[in-house]
Amino acid sequence: MANVSQDNRPLSPHVSIYRWPLNAIMSIMHRATGVAMSVAAILIVWYFLALATGPAYFETASAVLTSWFGDLVLFLSMAALWFHYMNGIRHLVWDTGSSFGQKRVFRTGVAALGAAGLMVIVTLIVG
Amino acid sequence: MVQLTLPKNSKIRTGKTWPKPKGATNVRKFMVYRWSPDDDENPRVDTYFLDMDKCGPMVLDALIKIKNEIDPTLTFRRSCREGICGSCAMNIDGQNTLACIFGMDEIKGDVKIYPLPHMPVVKDLIPDLTHFYAQHASIMPWLETKTNAPAKEWKQSIEDRKKLDGLYECVMCASCSASCPSYWWNSDRYLGPAALLHAYRWVIDSRDEATGERLDDLEDPFKLYRCHTIMNCAQTCPKGLNPAKAIAELKKMMVQRTI
Repeated sequence: MANVSQDNRPLSPHVSIYRWPLNAIMSIMHRATGVAMSVAAILIVWYFLALATGPAYFETASAVLTSWFGDLVLFLSMAALWFHYMNGIRHLVWDTGSSFGQKRVFRTGVAALGAAGLMVIVTLIVG
Repeated sequence: MVQLTLPKNSKIRTGKTWPKPKGATNVRKFMVYRWSPDDDENPRVDTYFLDMDKCGPMVLDALIKIKNEIDPTLTFRRSCREGICGSCAMNIDGQNTLACIFGMDEIKGDVKIYPLPHMPVVKDLIPDLTHFYAQHASIMPWLETKTNAPAKEWKQSIEDRKKLDGLYECVMCASCSASCPSYWWNSDRYLGPAALLHAYRWVIDSRDEATGERLDDLEDPFKLYRCHTIMNCAQTCPKGLNPAKAIAELKKMMVQRTI
């Protein structure tokens, strides 16, 4: 008789075999940028704390933030902010119960990505 | 809980490569997930070759041809072969669909076939859907009434009946729930797109008189609110339905009844 025990059943593969559609990639990016910005917010608090502590410590904080690594972190935070902002608009619209059609989900996704990219460039020019 | 890697007993090893058909010019490669409860081995992916000039157009045609002509041990569910029974739901070319209505012309390159993702495997392409069905049962998928039953039947206007379009067509194939990362990580407490679509189907049924109780039951941090609008469900549904929209309507009703 066949072994009908349920204990040794394997789990079917998931993330490794699923073909990720744009909507899923943008969803996990929304989560990732949100978490990353929370960390970046702590960095800003640290900068203000340094400002309040005194000129010497502020010099150190400034040096870190204006180094190439600081620039990279600030650039990524800025890009994360724009992506999260634009994709957040999609989420707001979805919460009203509209724009759930397949084509519309794809188009608003591309639009949000484009708008975020555009705003990153604008910020770089203005800043 | 999020666990990106597979448990030890679920890791996939290289499987057997079966011989190519002789004298065929139009050969296609199929890579199929295999696991048997009768030995203690890990799952594997077997490679088969089929003469496409002698095979029907759908993925299910290919699976049946493999079973009939190459490897009779290949195990999968199928019944109606016209997308109405929901038995042959599986992961084909990276997305969940019904093998019987998914044409092989829609796939580029080799045909990769796995069971529905993140499910316990009974054998080969057959997932254990016990929990999935129990969740469906938990939303009370039937008409709940308090008033006395009418002499003939519960009537519904044409407009009210129209509200069920896009919902009643669901065949419970589990493609959507098995496509949802939220359901992968939290299926123990999150109901998943299929059960929630059915929940909404009864909530908006004009004849149903348990709307409040139904919404009360969904007022839970996990059952309903683990939906993060990832939209894989609507994207993968082989029947073209939109569970994400149904869930959004449920969330809206939850807010509306408190204001």
